[in-house]
Amino acid sequence: MLERRGDLRMKKIYIQEEYCIGCRLCEIYCQVKHSKSKKIIKAFKEEIIDILPRVLVEEIGYNSFAIQCRHCTDAPCVEACISGAMQKNKNTGVVTFDEDKCVGCWSCIMVCPYGVIRRDLSSKKIASKCDLCVDEDIPVCVKNCPNEALKFMDKDTDEKNRMRNKK
Amino acid sequence: MNGLDGINKIKRDTQEYFTRFRIPSGCAIFGVINEAGERFSGRTVMDGISIMHERSNGLGGGFAAYGIYPQFDNDWAFHIFYDDMEAKRQTEGEIAVNFKVLLSEEIPTRRISQIANPPLVYRYFLKLKNNFKMYGKSTTGSDVKRQAAEEKKEDCIVSFVMHVNRDIGGAYIISSGKNMGIFKGVGFPEDIGQFFRLDEYEGYLWTSHGRFPTNSVGWWGGAHPFGLLDWSVVHNGEISSYGTNKRFVSGFGYECTLSTDTEVITYLLDLIVRKQKIDIEMVHLILASPLWEEIERMPDDKREVLKALRILYGSALINGPFSIIAGNSNFMYALNDRIKLRPLVAARKDKYLFISSEEAPIRKVCPSPDSLWHPDGGEPVMGVINKKESSNRKNKSKNLVKMDNLIR
Amino acid sequence: MALKLNQSEFEIERDKNKCISCQVCVRQCSNDVHEYDSDGDTIYSDNIRCVGCHRCENLCPTGALKIKDREAQFRTNYNWTKAHLRNIYKQADSGGVLLTGMGCDKPYTVYWDHILFNASQVTNPSIDPLREPMEIRTFIGRKPDSLEFEIDKGSKDTGVKLKTKIPTQLELSTPIMFSAMSYGSISFNACKSLAAAASEFGTYYNTGEGGLHRDLYKYAKNTIVQVASGRYGVDVDYLNKGSAIEIKIGQGAKPGIGGHLPGEKVTRDISNTRMIPEGTDAISPAPHHDIYSIEDLAQLIYALKEATDWSKPIGVKVSAVHNIAPIASGIVRAGADFVAIDGLRGGTGAAPQTIRDNVGIPIELAIASVDERLREEGIRHKASIIAAGSIRSSADVVKAIALGADAVYIGTAALIAMGCHLCQKCYTGKCNWGIATQDPYLTKRLNPEIGTRRLLNLLRGWSLEIKEMLGGAGINAIESLKGNREHLRGIGLNDRELAVLGIKHAGEAW
Repeated sequence: MLERRGDLRMKKIYIQEEYCIGCRLCEIYCQVKHSKSKKIIKAFKEEIIDILPRVLVEEIGYNSFAIQCRHCTDAPCVEACISGAMQKNKNTGVVTFDEDKCVGCWSCIMVCPYGVIRRDLSSKKIASKCDLCVDEDIPVCVKNCPNEALKFMDKDTDEKNRMRNKK
Repeated sequence: MNGLDGINKIKRDTQEYFTRFRIPSGCAIFGVINEAGERFSGRTVMDGISIMHERSNGLGGGFAAYGIYPQFDNDWAFHIFYDDMEAKRQTEGEIAVNFKVLLSEEIPTRRISQIANPPLVYRYFLKLKNNFKMYGKSTTGSDVKRQAAEEKKEDCIVSFVMHVNRDIGGAYIISSGKNMGIFKGVGFPEDIGQFFRLDEYEGYLWTSHGRFPTNSVGWWGGAHPFGLLDWSVVHNGEISSYGTNKRFVSGFGYECTLSTDTEVITYLLDLIVRKQKIDIEMVHLILASPLWEEIERMPDDKREVLKALRILYGSALINGPFSIIAGNSNFMYALNDRIKLRPLVAARKDKYLFISSEEAPIRKVCPSPDSLWHPDGGEPVMGVINKKESSNRKNKSKNLVKMDNLIR
Repeated sequence: MALKLNQSEFEIERDKNKCISCQVCVRQCSNDVHEYDSDGDTIYSDNIRCVGCHRCENLCPTGALKIKDREAQFRTNYNWTKAHLRNIYKQADSGGVLLTGMGCDKPYTVYWDHILFNASQVTNPSIDPLREPMEIRTFIGRKPDSLEFEIDKGSKDTGVKLKTKIPTQLELSTPIMFSAMSYGSISFNACKSLAAAASEFGTYYNTGEGGLHRDLYKYAKNTIVQVASGRYGVDVDYLNKGSAIEIKIGQGAKPGIGGHLPGEKVTRDISNTRMIPEGTDAISPAPHHDIYSIEDLAQLIYALKEATDWSKPIGVKVSAVHNIAPIASGIVRAGADFVAIDGLRGGTGAAPQTIRDNVGIPIELAIASVDERLREEGIRHKASIIAAGSIRSSADVVKAIALGADAVYIGTAALIAMGCHLCQKCYTGKCNWGIATQDPYLTKRLNPEIGTRRLLNLLRGWSLEIKEMLGGAGINAIESLKGNREHLRGIGLNDRELAVLGIKHAGEAW
């Protein structure tokens, strides 16, 4: 229940799929953020093999939406991780991933109900997963979505406030 | 034709030349009314306005006087300026069609060095014939059949004045009321007063004006006051809504021909008060409407009234700085613009109400008034003649006091 | 297949040093201009398909793209311009009527750019809108000839009550409204943005002839519903929902002909809203088939007044044509509460190019002559006049009101605020900005949250600029600007143009 309380004040990334235009700029900026140079042209021209985007755009027909790690309250990947590389931070609620501890068993990938953890084929061991861009004010995918389809917010507190205001 | 079209072909220094240029008015205004209808000499106003000498530059001065023709008190008194005898001949021809001329004469003047090149100044006392005809299109906005006979006559006078001013070159009807007259020209007001021998007249309401036009010369017709029927208006300020106001009144048959923005105020008053029959005590709500933010805070009834007035008469709102003194046979009415960009001072002493651009003229003619105040922007000041005909108006004066010689 | 003679209008320049082959351009172009080649990890662009909408250029994360006009297509010829040549090639290919979108782009004089506004100095102080109240509240509707009051001077309260019942007015917080753009010609998200922005700012938007979608009912208080010649979506609920009804006789982009919605754009939702079969072309008839003369119009106006219990303003929208002055006079006398006049430069979703570019007159001249004529006849005060047809800035709004309009409609400006780049291909239904399309893949691109925000910004910015200009001219209420031609001067216009506009030339004083 400690975890639950921590989650209540946590901002997460939500997608409004009716406004996702499938441009995949979120993927691109995610890659830039996690590159070495952090400069878009340099990253793409020199580093692209090494970077994976942590957000994925799913598309069927004209429907599309971007999805990333949900930082679940009872994260299956944290339970499944045999080396303790996957951890849920009790204060921030973010599910973090420690590259050094990862042994490449890919159990997390298999148990993730959203399929948002990806294999890193180059190293064959490390998974890549959304880290909520903790060192930025808002995650770069949200900031750079040209149609403001991605929103960074605390839905549960918003909901509570809305209920409180209704009274 | 407007602006500079063909300007080179017109004789300079004539009225026609100057009608091409609109002249804004900076200036001085002063008005006195005796609410018991007791008449007093024009000397009073001349003395008052002369104190404000510095506010004028000698290029325009004028007076409106009410009650000065008691022997013709029910006949039309026209004061007309002519550039030349041809204009006089044409105008008198037009007059003869609709009017019976009781008396026509030159307005008596005094020759003084300060006044140069006056036009021909004439006055006529007239009776309207029964089979009078209208000129131009009739004013709209009222049901012609249901108009009172009196109103029809007044409309005829208005159409006649518009016709002469617009169509007869070199002729301008300066005032067209009953038992009143406007005297004005190029010169300091006190000199104009001397020129027209106003010290020899007695009236119960006098207004006066001294001008500071920003063009290099003035013309006689462009001085204040402006008159129509028994209305007269003197004005200090410049109307930035002139184009709008002018277009608004033109739709009702009033034409601005005298090249000074003040003219339009006279027509607005005639339209709103006489034709649209809005009570004079509500006129400031149209000419200087309160701001919307004030209107929103008013009680329901008043808010509805004000909203309706602004919706209907928005084009009559006068924007830009102004203090005006308007006169007619029954009252003197003064008003400031709604954000008070021009000065206006008022004072009362017994039966008298004084209104002025400055306090000094009031003090000169009445050293110790009973009360003296500065009206707010958009707040009207009125002096009403307490005669039997206007007994349905609220009596604004206090007890009847015999006039003693407070005023020389 | 015979040789097609037309070449591309645009050239796409891709900077290879900047292009990261992210394929955003490939995904975003609805005209399939860009194609990704995985072998070489590069993108090829087909110039001939490009319509110049700039979507790819705007979304490219590295700014690698530049869309240029393809110059030097033909030998310079001021008579046979490249536009004429291209049109003939196209018609020889297809044999059809050439369609186009948005407003006339030909180099006729734009009178707004030859009119200058005034400022007060010395003789009259200017007013500072940031420190003093500046009122731009506007009322649209029929005004009575006079007012009657009940006056009770002895009363302790106000002492005056209004007796005359004033016909219902539209109350606008700014003299700008959104012009008629039908649901069908533009997407639902675009309509919603217009409705929400009008609602929040305190002005009105117009449904156009597309009917009123159920989801927009909540904005009914700020909606003007249109009754056009096709009568799409018109039933008694529709009439009663709107705050005002506008009978559309014509629009500036295509005077004399009716609206046109190509079948590609008639989806199920459109079909329901307009009450027509899915996939069919919606071509409105040229005249209203029950209005063949002015008395028929009077009949329809009064029929609508009866149908709505005389509770809302009923107006008429016409295109500016040569005889607009007597036409407007007739409309006012027929009982209309407002007359909206749409000039030569008005926009549209689809119109034959030859009509859009050659029929009608500019709105500036139309407003000036209508205002003049109505004043001469003494009926100007009865109805409100709304100017439309390419109002591009707050300066145009001020000039339009000074010429005599009560308020303006903006159409193209609103769409540009939402992202339109005036590529003039609205009729294809492939608008890359999600505005003039019904394709669900494309309509997502206009997020109504963003659309509403941008429109509000536009209204706010223009309103502030209008206040600045009014203050500079020494006016603190917009009523004192209406018809105030003394505050306008022409520049670079000849005597006839000045006479029609009713203004003096710059340099002439009062």
